[in-house]
Amino acid sequence: MSVEIAGVGIHPFGRFEDRTVTDLGIVAVRDALVDAGLPAGPPARFQAAFCGTAYAGVAAGHKVLGALGLTGMPIIDVEAGCASGGAALMLAAGAIRAGQYDCVLVFGIEKMPKGIIRSSFFESWREEAGLAATPAYFALRAQRLMRESNVTKQHLADVVVKNRGQGIHNPNAMFRKEVAADEVLGSRVVCEPLHLWMLCSPNEGAAAVVLRRAEAAAAGNVTLAAAALRSHLPGSVLSEATPLSGLTEEGIDPATTLAARAAYEEAGIGPSDVDVVECQDTDAARELLSYEELGLCPHGDAAKLVDEGATRMGGRLPVNPSGGLLSKGEPLGASALGQVVELATQLRGAAGPRQVEAARVALGHTVGRGANASVVILER
Amino acid sequence: MARPVREGLFTERSDGSIRLLGGYSPTSGKYHFPVQEVCPYSGAADVEPVELGPDGHLWAWTAVTAPPPGYQGEVPFGFGVVELPEGLRVITRLEVDAPSELQYGMTMRLVAAPVGDDVVTYSFEPA
Repeated sequence: MSVEIAGVGIHPFGRFEDRTVTDLGIVAVRDALVDAGLPAGPPARFQAAFCGTAYAGVAAGHKVLGALGLTGMPIIDVEAGCASGGAALMLAAGAIRAGQYDCVLVFGIEKMPKGIIRSSFFESWREEAGLAATPAYFALRAQRLMRESNVTKQHLADVVVKNRGQGIHNPNAMFRKEVAADEVLGSRVVCEPLHLWMLCSPNEGAAAVVLRRAEAAAAGNVTLAAAALRSHLPGSVLSEATPLSGLTEEGIDPATTLAARAAYEEAGIGPSDVDVVECQDTDAARELLSYEELGLCPHGDAAKLVDEGATRMGGRLPVNPSGGLLSKGEPLGASALGQVVELATQLRGAAGPRQVEAARVALGHTVGRGANASVVILER
Repeated sequence: MARPVREGLFTERSDGSIRLLGGYSPTSGKYHFPVQEVCPYSGAADVEPVELGPDGHLWAWTAVTAPPPGYQGEVPFGFGVVELPEGLRVITRLEVDAPSELQYGMTMRLVAAPVGDDVVTYSFEPA
């Protein structure tokens, strides 16, 4: 038995003043259902729906499906920070594998507030003391990576140049203009060592995936080989997306490493089998850290991967052919499934000018508040 | 003294200096900050309130250049992580807002610092 990616759909990521978060979801869900060959209206051909979102509010998933007349089945909203969509996917795949459902709709929707993300994660005293400064945590993590490896500011700029360059071919990306390293390094310092252009923009969007039980994977179809979600271990500081105070003990595996290990085991593969990756580039350093935490290179070798051009289009292991969050922007609940849409498109060989040649195994990764990390592996 | 940003984060001594108030669990043998009722490493309910530090070493730092959500004070301000002798890394404000003036491992002294009108929080400055 396998779990097939029967259909994918996406609403472009960006800013859409005249559209509600429900409107965005409707577009993505309709596209995914049509792509799966299912009706985009009643009667529903899926038996459950999971909706990833952090900011859309009460019964957000119900509102999307209600607008399409597709209700009656369980509709469950899932929140796991930046990994919300990955969490929804894990629950849906698990239910199919357990024999509970044959077909499940998974979607993610978000309309982020503008500016630095305000999050109920932080207690009010932390906000009042100025400690709810999300980009500052990213900066401390970047500084640590630079101190403990040979990653330099130039490498951070190189990641931005790579991803923005790749994003010009993605019609669903918010930013579709190439940038030069000196422009990145010349942009305003938000939190040393991170400049404005090294940080992704919170924005709006939606993505949807139809999962279907298949007794045997039909040749050429894309299957979901693994969907793993993990949280942080006690005591880890700064290896996570939202570090709070903790132990000075080194060697506590971060959530991404835990999720990656589980996903590789579930799929029965190793990092060297992966052909294409979409990873969490909330900031440029986060992408480099992901190389290490996902096992794509030995600890301390992220800079080498950039220097060798291994993670560029045409390199040994292209990372973020979609342009990544640096090009697309980040609508929390939709970003993980946005990666799945991109990776399924890559495996179908339908990615046009951003196609990774002969890609058969694809990995998607998100990590954020909680900490929560998700790793998804697709195969064709 | 002005209102602390949260009760129970730190205590004030008669000489005006402050001490961070953490928790220690004999079950886990580990410290945590801020103090909570159960130990975050063992779940044990044997947490003893303890004064931490007061001094530590700088482990990571940056400067915040735009006001974060819910913050009414001045920008820029220093922000970082200080390692305390108890084996704890604490997220904190720093009294130096120029990252180039700070160095990894330098000794840092705990101080009370104003944030907005008549509110103080804990912070660290180079010793």
